[in-house]
Amino acid sequence: MDAVETTLRYTLRLGDNALILGQRLAEYVTRAPELEEELAVANFALDYIGQARLFYSRAAELEGAGRTEDDFAFLRDGHEFENLLLLEQPNGHFGDIIARQFLFESFYLLQLEALCRCRDQPLVEIAARAVKEIRYHLRHASQWVIRLGDGTVESHARMQGSLDELWPWTGEMFTGDAVDEAFARDSGGPDLAKLRPAWQQQVDGVLAKATLRRPEDGWMQDGGKRGRHSEHLGYLLAEMQFLQRAYPGALW
Amino acid sequence: MSGGRVVQAANRWLRKEEVLHWLEDVADPEIPVLSVVDLGVVRDVRVHRDGVEVLITPTYSGCPAMEVIEERVQEALARRGVTPTVRRVLSPPWTTDWMSGAGRRKLAQYGIVPPRAPAHRDHPIACPRCASTETTRISEFGSTPCKAAWRCNACREPFEQFKCI
Repeated sequence: MDAVETTLRYTLRLGDNALILGQRLAEYVTRAPELEEELAVANFALDYIGQARLFYSRAAELEGAGRTEDDFAFLRDGHEFENLLLLEQPNGHFGDIIARQFLFESFYLLQLEALCRCRDQPLVEIAARAVKEIRYHLRHASQWVIRLGDGTVESHARMQGSLDELWPWTGEMFTGDAVDEAFARDSGGPDLAKLRPAWQQQVDGVLAKATLRRPEDGWMQDGGKRGRHSEHLGYLLAEMQFLQRAYPGALW
Repeated sequence: MSGGRVVQAANRWLRKEEVLHWLEDVADPEIPVLSVVDLGVVRDVRVHRDGVEVLITPTYSGCPAMEVIEERVQEALARRGVTPTVRRVLSPPWTTDWMSGAGRRKLAQYGIVPPRAPAHRDHPIACPRCASTETTRISEFGSTPCKAAWRCNACREPFEQFKCI
């Protein structure tokens, strides 16, 4: 794998994470418990889809094969997506959405901050733009974890349940593979395992305020970076890609 | 071809300030009281020998207004016989510190609390209707990514605040 190919794969993965989470959040619009959360979720989805477009446009440039951001989003099959499995998990209830945002964004913020210091200038620029948005999202998710965790007996139990349910998907965030290692070597990308202590600290701080317990680390799911997904991704793509599959090249 | 010649001719006297002045008529699609210059979305105008380049930057990654802004900038200059190249730049990332003084005043008159200047970040948020500082933030997220929702505890009216980022 040469340096351009490494950067391409790395950039596409960032795009895949943003797009898949953006699509999941968009699915939740009209289903939030209150109007303010409705707007918040719509804003998050918009930020993620915007970030996905920036990553995919950069990937298209790197690839130089005439594919566009839309081709990456709408014309690739499930095994070609290399997003984290956590992000394709179905929405569930509001607590599940908050838990997913909280666990992922506590990591993503650290990843973006590290990318702001890497040597790939286009990624530095996208990361510097995105980091401001994610900082804002994470504050919101953390506030809800605390509010629900330190709320009623029911909300506490549900929030704890959401964390327990999603915890086995968090290990994958810190498991680097050949692409991560090559990007770290060639372009100064982060060593994912080294982000873990800061993540743990951030998560523990919020959970303590929320009177919630950090789930035990046990067996962790992985496979997203090898294109091996849970059964949920196929359904997500079927809905998201329908229009371009049924009416190739449709524009509006 | 005739379009190309007009640009050439225009460039002999065209100055950056003039182009910026024209762009002051280009309204932001989501907050029409502000121009794209007030908002700081227009980062720079470069007049070259062979054309005019307008650099624009998104307020947020997912800003859905970028395509419309691009078109409107093209149209505004086309009316003056100039065919610009509109280029999107990400760096440095947009900040509310770039909003012009005129922009801040227009927003306030429109009923949206403008983003506070860096030196005044700790000032309380005053209601744009009754000026009371007894206000509560309802949500960090409003009708567009750049605004938060607030309520005045004195006159009980809801209002929007342009967030500082």
